[in-house]
Amino acid sequence: MAKMQLRLTVNGEAAELLVEPRELLVYVLRERLGLTGPHVGCDTSHCGACTVDMDGRSVKSCTVFAAQADGADVTTIEGLGAPGGLSVLQQAFREHHGLQCGFCTPGMITRAHRFLQENPNPSEEEVRFGMAGNLCRCTGYQNIVKAIMAAAAELNAVREAAE
Amino acid sequence: MIPAAFEYHRPTDLQAALATLQEFGDEARVIAGGHSLVPMMKLRMATIGHLVDLRAIADLKGIRIDGAAVRIGAMVTQQELIADAALARAAPILRETALQIADPQVRAVGTIGGNVANGDPGNDMPALMQCLDASFSLVGPNGSRAVKAREFYEAAYVTAREDDEILVAIDFAAPGGGYAYEKQKRKIGDYATAAAAVTIRKDGTACSAASVAMTNLSDVPVWSKAAGDALVGSACGPADVGRAVAAALADIAPTADNRGPAEFKRHAAGVVIRRAIERAWSRA
Ligand SMILES: Cc1cc2nc3c(=O)[nH]c(=O)nc-3n(C[C@H](O)[C@H](O)[C@H](O)COP(=O)(O)OP(=O)(O)OC[C@H]3O[C@@H](n4cnc5c(N)ncnc54)[C@H](O)[C@@H]3O)c2cc1C
Ligand code: FES
Ligand code: FES
Repeated sequence: MAKMQLRLTVNGEAAELLVEPRELLVYVLRERLGLTGPHVGCDTSHCGACTVDMDGRSVKSCTVFAAQADGADVTTIEGLGAPGGLSVLQQAFREHHGLQCGFCTPGMITRAHRFLQENPNPSEEEVRFGMAGNLCRCTGYQNIVKAIMAAAAELNAVREAAE
Repeated sequence: MIPAAFEYHRPTDLQAALATLQEFGDEARVIAGGHSLVPMMKLRMATIGHLVDLRAIADLKGIRIDGAAVRIGAMVTQQELIADAALARAAPILRETALQIADPQVRAVGTIGGNVANGDPGNDMPALMQCLDASFSLVGPNGSRAVKAREFYEAAYVTAREDDEILVAIDFAAPGGGYAYEKQKRKIGDYATAAAAVTIRKDGTACSAASVAMTNLSDVPVWSKAAGDALVGSACGPADVGRAVAAALADIAPTADNRGPAEFKRHAAGVVIRRAIERAWSRA
């Protein structure tokens, strides 16, 4: 089958590569572009560890063919912060023990990043509903919810100060 | 998991999509959000030579509301359904149902067209569409036709749609009155163990119209005319609701699977149908 020229914007930079249409987006990101933030937890569309932002929506990148992503603007955890320059959400996950083994964390934070844009002032219940596509085997979720609530408060304070 | 290789097509209009389906016949299949199809291809339960992606066809997008007439484009996502304020006013049962499908990531890409065209008895929208007496607008090489949701489903994954037809939109009249979609599932994000869609209209103190349909309780969605008839003319008291539930249960044929034995599903069905009727009545 013919390969195709895939064009993506990944974390703000243009990427162009030759792929088979059937390659999964998570594979392209991890194996071709070396972005190992998105994890493969279940490979069956359930756990959310592979979550990335695609054209302003949270998607499970294990369930998107490379071909479907042609032309898309993709953000992974690598695009949200860096060691030494953690984002507000990353910092909040650290402070509130929102992770233990860390396997779910890139997906959690990438989803939380989009969720807080959809709903900047969520209740605890809304956080739980908005994060329902991400599973964690370690924390029991309590501290993840706390971290997201804390990040929302801080982001709102920063926004108000700027206004 | 790696699916079998395929060629990918992204037509920008309906005619081009239909032409590609014609050209490759059995080998070709359309893909919408891909959140039923991609998992099946990864498991190699579906092998498709040519995937025709509908994402770039603008005509398949959009929600139009004209008085009571509602038209939803096949490529409208669950998330877009949930976010549409005019739709929530005209037919709030759409939003209530969409919020109970899967999880945020799946709803961000999964479409209403894919949900109703798929033919999986676990999908939630087909029973809702039967409850609303919606019709599906299909376009094929010989033109277009409309098929009632109540006549669309033939068996699991077998529908009245021909392979070379594309579902373009869904039409229904906003039901007015009370409504409820009640779903029993093992965990958030799961398909239904049992679910029921109910709409009820009230005239004075009596029920003047009622429609009851169910998800995942047979190999197709089930609209129970008898259950609706049992409510019409009554004040939806406990005995009336009991008769409607009994009528609905007589129309289903659940089978045992990893969600439980058939008897348990009958029990769960009885509970969700009763709750849906009571809640719809309380809102009527
Ligand atoms: C983890 C998970 C949980 C889920 N939970 C639920 C749930 O609780 N309830 C529920 O209802 N669904 C659930 N789903 C399924 C999800 O809602 C799917 O998105 C939906 O069933 C299919 O929509 P799609 O746009 O993704 O279609 P696709 O997967 O792209 O297509 C599905 C089928 O429909 C056909 N098709 C699609 N669009 C058209 C069209 N316009 N014309 C003709 N044929 C078409 C395709 O050829 C394919 O055969 C879940 C999915 C996942 C991954
Ligand atoms: S790896 Fe994609 S959802 Fe689990
Ligand atoms: S921290 Fe281990 S899975 Fe979430």
